[in-house]
Amino acid sequence: MPESLRLALAVAAKDIRAELRSRTALLSALVFAALVLVIFNFARDPTALAAVDLAPSVLWVTFALAAMVALNRAFTVERENGALDGLLLAPVPRGALFIGKLLANLAFVGTVEAVTLPLFVLFFNVDLGYALPGIAGVTALATIGFVAVGTIFSAMAVRTRFAELMLPVLLLPFMVPPLIGAVQVTARLLDGRPLSEMLGWFRLLALYDIVFVTLCTLAFAAVMDE
Amino acid sequence: MTTADSARALVRRGTAVTVVALLALAGVYVLALLYTPVEARQGLAQKIFYLHVPAAWSALLAFSLVGICGGLYLWLNDRRLDRFAASSAEVGVAFGVVMLTTGPIWAKPIWGTWWTWDARLTLTLFLFFLFVGYLALRAALHDPSERARFSAVVGVLGLLLVPFIHLSVYLFRTLHPQPVVLKPSAPSLPPEMLRTLMVSALVFVLLYAGLVTIRYGLAVMEEEREERFDAA
Repeated sequence: MPESLRLALAVAAKDIRAELRSRTALLSALVFAALVLVIFNFARDPTALAAVDLAPSVLWVTFALAAMVALNRAFTVERENGALDGLLLAPVPRGALFIGKLLANLAFVGTVEAVTLPLFVLFFNVDLGYALPGIAGVTALATIGFVAVGTIFSAMAVRTRFAELMLPVLLLPFMVPPLIGAVQVTARLLDGRPLSEMLGWFRLLALYDIVFVTLCTLAFAAVMDE
Repeated sequence: MTTADSARALVRRGTAVTVVALLALAGVYVLALLYTPVEARQGLAQKIFYLHVPAAWSALLAFSLVGICGGLYLWLNDRRLDRFAASSAEVGVAFGVVMLTTGPIWAKPIWGTWWTWDARLTLTLFLFFLFVGYLALRAALHDPSERARFSAVVGVLGLLLVPFIHLSVYLFRTLHPQPVVLKPSAPSLPPEMLRTLMVSALVFVLLYAGLVTIRYGLAVMEEEREERFDAA
């Protein structure tokens, strides 16, 4: 295994271990996601709009909001007790540090999404059927992209005075292309349309991931420069 | 000559260019009303095109330069690039406001609605929000070097968001008029309209140059004041 990948995994393992010991952030994010789903159910007029018509948007707005909560946490935990300084002093290249943080955030957001999806099926009475692998795929593709941008913005936002507000303001515009793509694909999957119809969106999402993961890995050094 | 003097000279020069550009903008109004023919289907409402499109182009130019300067800053570490990027972002947001106000005024009689969630509208709106966020980030950071580096990263990432905007325009069902000038085949506008549009685009670029020069001079003064304040 290349050295930088080993280091990235070490950073990710550290974050995941710390999270599993307290579990507070993960549990809060899960409860938050469930609450968003419940509130959405009351935000629609059931006589005018069928739950299924709204389902793809509800799912993705919930994922986006839950990801925001998770990403806010990524660097605020490092700020306590000067943990970030320790991390920066460790002989880890900035790129590997970024990949480690990204993997930990993906694990966090992925867990929240994995728990939210069954709740969504339950609350909105959606029949996933054969759509499940497709939805898992599009979720992975869309999530990787905006979590990569979110990870670097989270590192910036903690240095500002209004970290909790700054992250969504910076990140939401970047969430738009993956969210539009993901909602389009999810709606078609739930409709039982053939995959070939969504190929364009899948390509766009994959391209977004490649461009922004690469760029954020390279740019991370500029953010962590002391 | 001290830094403050040269900064003041910059502001003066910028003001002169801005005044010339504003006079030329009045000329564009005259051209649009007297020289160009009335569009057959849209009528007089189409005249706003000569403001809306150049404003949109200059906003995009401004945002692109923020991204390019951000990239160059990360490479060369030159403070002038950061100052220019900050000035360009502010002027770009101003042009963005022009674009986002003239658009709905045109859309109401033509589309029958002030705003529609068409892909291009949505994403330009978010691009506008992105640069408002860029300015908010700058305002929330105190350390000049940190501010420069962070905003450079946001600028570069923002620049790369633009092609994704364009791609999604073609993928998402769209209401917005398709490009009439920047498209693979020849522009499909009558020559009078095209000429007026091009004149207006030049005027907007001049206006951009004037405003950015003023803002750049002010940024130099601001930095000098900050440094004096920190030293004291």
